[in-house]
Amino acid sequence: MELTTVWFALIGVLWAGYFVLEGFDFGVGMLLPLLGRDETRRRVLINTIGPVWDGNEVWVLVAGGATFAAFPEWYATLFSGFYLPLLLILVALILRGVAFEYRGKVDSPQWRRRWDACIIGGSLVPALLWGVAFGNILRGVRLDARHEYVGGFFDLLNPYALLGGATTLTLFLLHGTVFVALKTDGPIRRDAARLAVRLAGPTVVIAAGFLLWTQLRDDDTGGWILSGLAALVLLAAVAAILREREGLAFVGTALTIVLATAALFVTLFPQVMPTTLPGGEGLTVTNAASTPYTLTIMTWVAIVFTPLVLCYQAWTYWVFRKRITVEQIPPVHA
Amino acid sequence: MDLARWQFGITTVYHFIFVPITIGLSALVAGLQTAWVRTGKVEYLRATKFWGKLFLINFAMGVVTGIVQEFQFGMNWSAYSRFVGDIFGAPLAIEGLLAFFLESTFLGLWIFGWDRLPKRLHLAAIWLASIGTLLSAYFILAANSWMQHPVGYRFNADTGRAELTDFWAVLTNSTTLVTFPHTVTACFLTAGALMLAVSAWHLRRGRQPEVFRPGLRLGAWVVIVAAIGVFVTGDLQARIMTEQQPMKMAAAEALYETDKPASFSIFTIGSLDGREEVASVRIPSLLSFMATGSPSGEVEGINDIQAQYAARYGEGDYVPYVPVTYWSFRLMIGFGALAALIAALALWRTRRGRVHSGRWLWIAATWAVSLPLLANSFGWIFTEMGRQPWSVFGVFRTADGVSPSVSPGEAATSLTVLTLLYGVLAVVEFGLLLRYSRAGAPEIESPAESDDEADRPLAFAY
Ligand code: HDD
Ligand code: HEM
Ligand code: HEM
Repeated sequence: MELTTVWFALIGVLWAGYFVLEGFDFGVGMLLPLLGRDETRRRVLINTIGPVWDGNEVWVLVAGGATFAAFPEWYATLFSGFYLPLLLILVALILRGVAFEYRGKVDSPQWRRRWDACIIGGSLVPALLWGVAFGNILRGVRLDARHEYVGGFFDLLNPYALLGGATTLTLFLLHGTVFVALKTDGPIRRDAARLAVRLAGPTVVIAAGFLLWTQLRDDDTGGWILSGLAALVLLAAVAAILREREGLAFVGTALTIVLATAALFVTLFPQVMPTTLPGGEGLTVTNAASTPYTLTIMTWVAIVFTPLVLCYQAWTYWVFRKRITVEQIPPVHA
Repeated sequence: MDLARWQFGITTVYHFIFVPITIGLSALVAGLQTAWVRTGKVEYLRATKFWGKLFLINFAMGVVTGIVQEFQFGMNWSAYSRFVGDIFGAPLAIEGLLAFFLESTFLGLWIFGWDRLPKRLHLAAIWLASIGTLLSAYFILAANSWMQHPVGYRFNADTGRAELTDFWAVLTNSTTLVTFPHTVTACFLTAGALMLAVSAWHLRRGRQPEVFRPGLRLGAWVVIVAAIGVFVTGDLQARIMTEQQPMKMAAAEALYETDKPASFSIFTIGSLDGREEVASVRIPSLLSFMATGSPSGEVEGINDIQAQYAARYGEGDYVPYVPVTYWSFRLMIGFGALAALIAALALWRTRRGRVHSGRWLWIAATWAVSLPLLANSFGWIFTEMGRQPWSVFGVFRTADGVSPSVSPGEAATSLTVLTLLYGVLAVVEFGLLLRYSRAGAPEIESPAESDDEADRPLAFAY
């Protein structure tokens, strides 16, 4: 296989990992108003992701770094082209990151309410915008012959991309809800399970709609298969939720996200950013790539270190495998 | 382009306020915890928890400002990213894979793992996180050093891009090898000064001397040892810099005419465009020594180098903005030296079990925390501004690096938004640090033995 193909696949893996992991912690963030009726319950929710959210976020940093190293043209076009949405995502991630650390540091309801707003908004905005961004990548944007984006901000808000945004938003919300049901005990667990059932319907409809639209436009055999699998697994996850099999349901939503991301990447290949501008030049795995030498080095680094990272991250989840209950939340100390 | 430069300068200097504290303090906290695990003394545990908390408040800011850094190259400097991506992207990606995963995962384990992990494993977690910060520093400095002194690449005229030919050369760039120890020792200096300052504040009020007297002395020793390291490595750097970027050295001294032996001015009043000098205090031969290692060595002046560059790279202005390089170089050194001096005084006044000192020294020691922070910023401002007009020295100009597709309006928006946001967060973070510094070290109660393991409260929760 060509190294460029390997790296395209690896970047797909990084994004899939990011969406699965940070997907549920975005979901938990958005759940604060839905499941966090009182302060202790909100703290239960936040503490389900406490030890892991930062490690999850690194997946997107590595995805960005890997894109820079393997496909510099893609990195440059993508990040300068989607300038304002990215700025929004950055602001959201900044506020959300400090909010986790700082909200418990001052014992005042108003202080906590403000940081809660940061967590909620900081989770919702990226959950929506990453979907919009990927929608636009698939759909193609206006790139000129030098691979520079010449469209405007509002071109990015087309119906197809917005549906992509709605897909990631609802999928992450459901994924997060299932995660809460899996990681907590007591009333909050029951409420989460109930909410998951209610979210399931709309999520299935929206996600299937987006994948279908993608395949109707791009018609890629691999894409069709993966999209179909994603839809089936999502239905199975819903069935598991109804049977109160939380572990299984979580595996289901995680797998759905992986399959859906894979469907998008497979459909996109070998392009990485098509152009819709007549006379413009789109980016493909070949014309966006680094030299074979750089790719070779990066491949070795990835082969050696990725399994290591996976091992210790998995171990973290094992260490913190216990369910959390309202009773276990220690009092605030100022 | 100016907007992009301002934005890069502001966000990076801001990121680098938190970075040195993270790098230095993580190792110090790990050291304290090691002392506790070894001796079982409760003072060490209290110290670990106290400094650990300050470390975490700081770390959060380091992380979120780092995210901006990672995306900023693509957002504002897309032409630069296209040009250097083949080389520059690799260390960044490797930094993420090796360092950031290590830091963030093991820090999560450390924060929440007090009662979940065996003591020694828990200790290993903070050490691994600390090693992660050093790895991260190495790779990012390798990337930055490549911009100062490009090696292991060739220019491909067909694609118009720089291409990597020898990755090992990039990782063992002579510039990286001196920049890394200089920066890391500067980080320890900063963290030591933080410890010194907070301890002095408490001691002045006679609070918790059992925790803060050792804290003060540890901090002061770290400052002094690190300062020696910074000076030695700085000297090595100066020599390498004179070889690789003679213009920067000349601009650091505002030396317009080649001189032999060249003197070093402590400060100068007058216009730094080299025309008139009203007054200046000079040490003979020092510049020659810094630049070449010999007191009588020749140091080239700005005018000569400008002429050489114009001949080599074509017409143009190759002189960085001299007042900034001149003063930032001096302030870096001066603030660092001042911090070391205060640390030495504080050590002297607390020798042999003493806890009291003059009020003024305690106040000075409390303020000393700002000195290395300023020295760091000036060091970077010097390094980066002294390289101008180049982005990659001798290869790629800053002016050619900006994103063509980003409109001035967009750039202005992001500059404003990020600056305001950073401003607000600075206030919040500073307030929190102050609050928790003042609160002092926690008392440690032995955990209530609960009969039911499942109901036991979490040792730590957000
Ligand atoms: C000498 C050290 C040094 C320097 C020059 C920089 N950084 Fe940094 N960075 C660190 C040392 C560091 C660190 C000590 O590793 C941090 C500080 C706080 C932290 O969480 O890790 C960090 C955090 C940090 C993070 C967040 C990591 C996480 O989520 O855990 C990112 C993405 C970056 N940095 C990226 C950059 C980029 C792109 C830089 C160049 C422009 C940069 N940093 C300069
Ligand atoms: C080690 C990683 C770093 C890299 C890769 C890096 C790279 C860059 C880049 C790309 C620019 C934009 C202008 C240009 O293209 O030349 C720049 C400018 C600048 N950087 Fe750095 N930098 C790094 C670290 C830092 C740090 C830690 C600081 C300060 C704390 C700093 C301070 C500045 C300043 C003040 C400017 C603006 C200078 C100007 O444009 O006139 N840099 N640097
Ligand atoms: C005698 C004392 C010192 C000397 C001779 C010295 C020398 C230098 C030189 C020559 C550079 C520029 C390297 C380049 O552009 O290639 C530099 C950069 C820097 N200095 Fe210093 N320095 C001294 C003290 C300090 C102190 C006290 C601090 C901070 C506490 C500090 C922090 C920095 C930082 C952060 C940089 C930018 C990163 C780098 O390029 O290494 N320096 N120093």
